[in-house]
Amino acid sequence: MAYPYIHPSETRVLSKHFGEPEARTLKGWEARGGYEAARKALSMERSAVVDEVKASGLRGRGGAGFPTGVKWSFMPKKTDKPHFLVCNADESEPGTFKDRELMRWTPHALIEGLLVGAYAIHAEHAYVYIRGEFFEAAQIMARAIEEAYEAGYAGKNVFGLGVDIDITLHLGAGAYICGEETGLLNSLEGRRGEPRMKPPFPAISGAFRFPTAVNNVESLIAAAHVVLNGAAWYKQWGTEKSTGTKLFCVSGHVKRPGNYEVPLGFNFKEFIYDVCGGTPSGRPIKAVIPGGSSVPILTGDELDIGMDYEAMAAAGTMLGCGSVIVMDDTTNIVKQVRRMVDFYAHESCGQCTPCREGTTWAAKILRRIENGRGQPDDLETLLQISENMSGKTICVLSDAAAAPITSSIEKFRGDYEALMAPVPALAAR
Amino acid sequence: MAETSNAPETVTCTIDGMEITVPKGTRIIDAAAMAGVDVPHYCYHPSLSAPAQCRMCLVEVEKVPKLVPSCSGTVADGNVIHTQSEKALQAREGVLEFYMVNHPLDCPVCDQAGECKLQDYISAEGPAMGRGKEPKRVLGRDDFGGDVLFYADRCVMCTRCVRFMREVAQDERLTVVQRGSRAVIDTFFEEGLEGNLWADNIVDLCPVGALVSKDFLHKARAWDLDRTPSVCPNCSQGCNVRLETRDNQVMRIKPRPNAEVNDHWMCDYGRLNYEWINRGARIEAPLVMDGGRHVSVSWSQALTRLADALRDSTAGVRAVVSPFAANEDLGTLRRVLETVGGGTGVFRCETGEEVPLPGFPTLKLRTDRAANVAGAEAFAFTRAGGTDGTGGIDDVAGHDGVIFVLGDELADAPADFGSRATLFVYVGQFLSPAARNAHFVLPSTTFAEMEGTFTNVQRRVQRFWPALQVPGMARPAWQVLGVLLAGISEDAQVPGTAAEAFAALGAVGAGFAGLGYDDLGAMGRVLPQLGALAEAGD
Ligand SMILES: Cc1cc2nc3c(=O)[nH]c(=O)nc-3n(C[C@H](O)[C@H](O)[C@H](O)COP(=O)(O)O)c2cc1C
Ligand code: SF4
Ligand code: SF4
Ligand code: SF4
Repeated sequence: MAYPYIHPSETRVLSKHFGEPEARTLKGWEARGGYEAARKALSMERSAVVDEVKASGLRGRGGAGFPTGVKWSFMPKKTDKPHFLVCNADESEPGTFKDRELMRWTPHALIEGLLVGAYAIHAEHAYVYIRGEFFEAAQIMARAIEEAYEAGYAGKNVFGLGVDIDITLHLGAGAYICGEETGLLNSLEGRRGEPRMKPPFPAISGAFRFPTAVNNVESLIAAAHVVLNGAAWYKQWGTEKSTGTKLFCVSGHVKRPGNYEVPLGFNFKEFIYDVCGGTPSGRPIKAVIPGGSSVPILTGDELDIGMDYEAMAAAGTMLGCGSVIVMDDTTNIVKQVRRMVDFYAHESCGQCTPCREGTTWAAKILRRIENGRGQPDDLETLLQISENMSGKTICVLSDAAAAPITSSIEKFRGDYEALMAPVPALAAR
Repeated sequence: MAETSNAPETVTCTIDGMEITVPKGTRIIDAAAMAGVDVPHYCYHPSLSAPAQCRMCLVEVEKVPKLVPSCSGTVADGNVIHTQSEKALQAREGVLEFYMVNHPLDCPVCDQAGECKLQDYISAEGPAMGRGKEPKRVLGRDDFGGDVLFYADRCVMCTRCVRFMREVAQDERLTVVQRGSRAVIDTFFEEGLEGNLWADNIVDLCPVGALVSKDFLHKARAWDLDRTPSVCPNCSQGCNVRLETRDNQVMRIKPRPNAEVNDHWMCDYGRLNYEWINRGARIEAPLVMDGGRHVSVSWSQALTRLADALRDSTAGVRAVVSPFAANEDLGTLRRVLETVGGGTGVFRCETGEEVPLPGFPTLKLRTDRAANVAGAEAFAFTRAGGTDGTGGIDDVAGHDGVIFVLGDELADAPADFGSRATLFVYVGQFLSPAARNAHFVLPSTTFAEMEGTFTNVQRRVQRFWPALQVPGMARPAWQVLGVLLAGISEDAQVPGTAAEAFAALGAVGAGFAGLGYDDLGAMGRVLPQLGALAEAGD
């Protein structure tokens, strides 16, 4: 038991070296078998790398769960114009803190992932777009990139294998919307962080309008493991369609909050009650957000499901980026939802009318309800605002803001109504 | 598909039940317009990029799960598109309701009222009742520099203004600052839009009353204005415009689209330089010199006496004309001059720096700051005087034969101008000191009071229509001179209409032969260049 807490039911593939400061150095990393994966990838055919990752079934860990190998296979095969790999290290989804830990403890693992990904898609330049507030992680990454350059593991003629791959670390300025891949690309180019209309997708017109693949930190690191050990090895974990292991970030009312790595498909109830130890007070769980603030809420009774993309979808929510927020029965759901919608209102880039106006309007109504001044028709209005915000905008931030409103009204209507009662029952909290 | 053809590839789709075939790659919103369907929109503008951000133009395309923004979605073969389906209408109603979350609804004091896209779409498709209970955002107003005033609360964040400055003016003076509902349009520096010649186009582009003209501020309500298609008189570009009038005054000038001349734009110099059209103290009756002083007479008396005087004259003729006069006026004068044995004529034109519009370089504020320099040249009048449009008429001033002045006010002429002339005819609008020496003073209309044409710098002949009432007995010069011509020439007919006056210009105007108003079309018609005509022996 080291790194704040390690549970025996974990399967530690990506997080194996968390808590070992020596793993941060190139020397320490190589002593742990580091750079074998990248070396192997760069000696393979580029298409074989893509095929291996495709065969592993690895799905993007940034939230949408799109298969990583398939995304790479969309990149043009021609190399007449520059291609770019962009690693999405903006990690701003409330409740998420896995990429930060991956970069803090195993920066060279990400560099390996970058080499593998860049090589696979014919990119000679990889960017790491890192969240501006991640000072420590950024410093560690910068040092590791320096070491890699010094060792000849980045830049010209990587590993002496005749492949050029430059790596640039780019700090964001603290906007959630710059985690959305096209908003990220605009920000990277020095423009306002505003998501772009798709199509064209980044694989056709991405960074600086050139073909680009955007991959999450965890996706790239997992891809390096896949290349080293093979698709079949990776598929020993998980379910048929959700393969491998994944980091889950747990916060809220649990005894042991933190990052845990388990195979996809792991039982969610067991995860919360056993791995995380249940609520600190032993009080019943009222609600759980299973995949980051952007996904619909589950009630405490809906937890007996698998932690994989399909099971979560069947339960009406999403695995997202694996950020689990647990709330016990002392929680004022209206306040939590208001808090989240405030966040989205603050973070909306403001391009699309439904998102720009809908988030602020909904936040204002929620605040009024929270303060005990709700009116009977407010819930209907909120539901319609959510409906008008969903599926109608350039990016899905708008949908993400609507999801907690709709699901909380559906599942916790009582909380809202209690606040509207003549003597608001929960307003005091 | 085996044979190759040069015809552009087309696709066929159905829009609101109407089948339409359009070139491949046509945007849904444009295809809909071709089918006669106006899809509501704010951020889209045909001459700007389409960011698809207002979400107002969402339409339903069968077999596509999400609603499609019709400004960026292109038509695919076989698409069945519904702009009025329940789903599309509900989405658009939702968007309109969202605008109301912060819009101040100060229509009673807003200059845009009556021509506001928020009013229009709300009344067409918006919710009947507002549900907003929350206080609205209050931002106030800001002087953006130049002629532009910004009422931040009314802004619908369509970013048309930002994109115009970036893409068309190519002078980034505006930007969106902040994000979410805190986002506002702002200028970068203290000077804001000051000094950019094209900035007022953003007032036209703004779909609401967020950007308004200082010049027009609280001057008139949109619904009280009469709008007349016209041509900007202020330089030789000939931007297509509307004269917007009330109480027989031009209140403002707005551009009319012409893809070959000015696209949707015009310059601030041309737009704001209209007070001269409203100038009062006009000559309102024909005057004849009788015993050393002017007496007002009827038109028939004036023109009969003038015809008699001209018929007997054998003296040489000199003319001074205005490059603001219509082709019809200049050409008819040329016909008169030919009839009395020819004569030389000059025009004076103020000139200035040429300023192109970078995103549409066909459009430039031209060096010649008058609309019909090319027309004057086509009728063989030659340039005289300096860059400020004065001087160059000293030899005419002392001429001892016949002098014709058409439209030139002679403001800079010596007080004894024409005093040695055997016959001095002044056709114009203002009784300047020099004009007081004329034997005949014949009141004529400005371009704004008549139908006619200008020839622009491309030699494009473009029509304009009367927007203002004629003062007193003033008449278009072509009519005055046309009657005179019939009085001195056996074969000349009196032209009954501007069209007839125009059709008779062929003999005297290079390139005008055989042309009628019907040949000019909506975009005007370009005459062959003078050089080309000379080579062809015209
Ligand atoms: C509003 C919004 C915020 C996002 N933030 C992040 C983020 O912080 N990190 C991330 O990896 N992906 C984020 N995404 C998802 C990215 O758009 C993109 O799908 C992802 O980076 C792709 O990488 P993957 O395929 O490896 O998951 C966000 C998406 C949206 C709509
Ligand atoms: S949905 Fe919201 S965050 Fe996304 S592009 Fe539109 S306004 Fe910006
Ligand atoms: S000021 Fe007018 S043109 Fe500019 S963004 Fe606002 S509404 Fe659009
Ligand atoms: S460019 Fe010339 S014609 Fe066009 S608006 Fe300006 S002054 Fe008028």
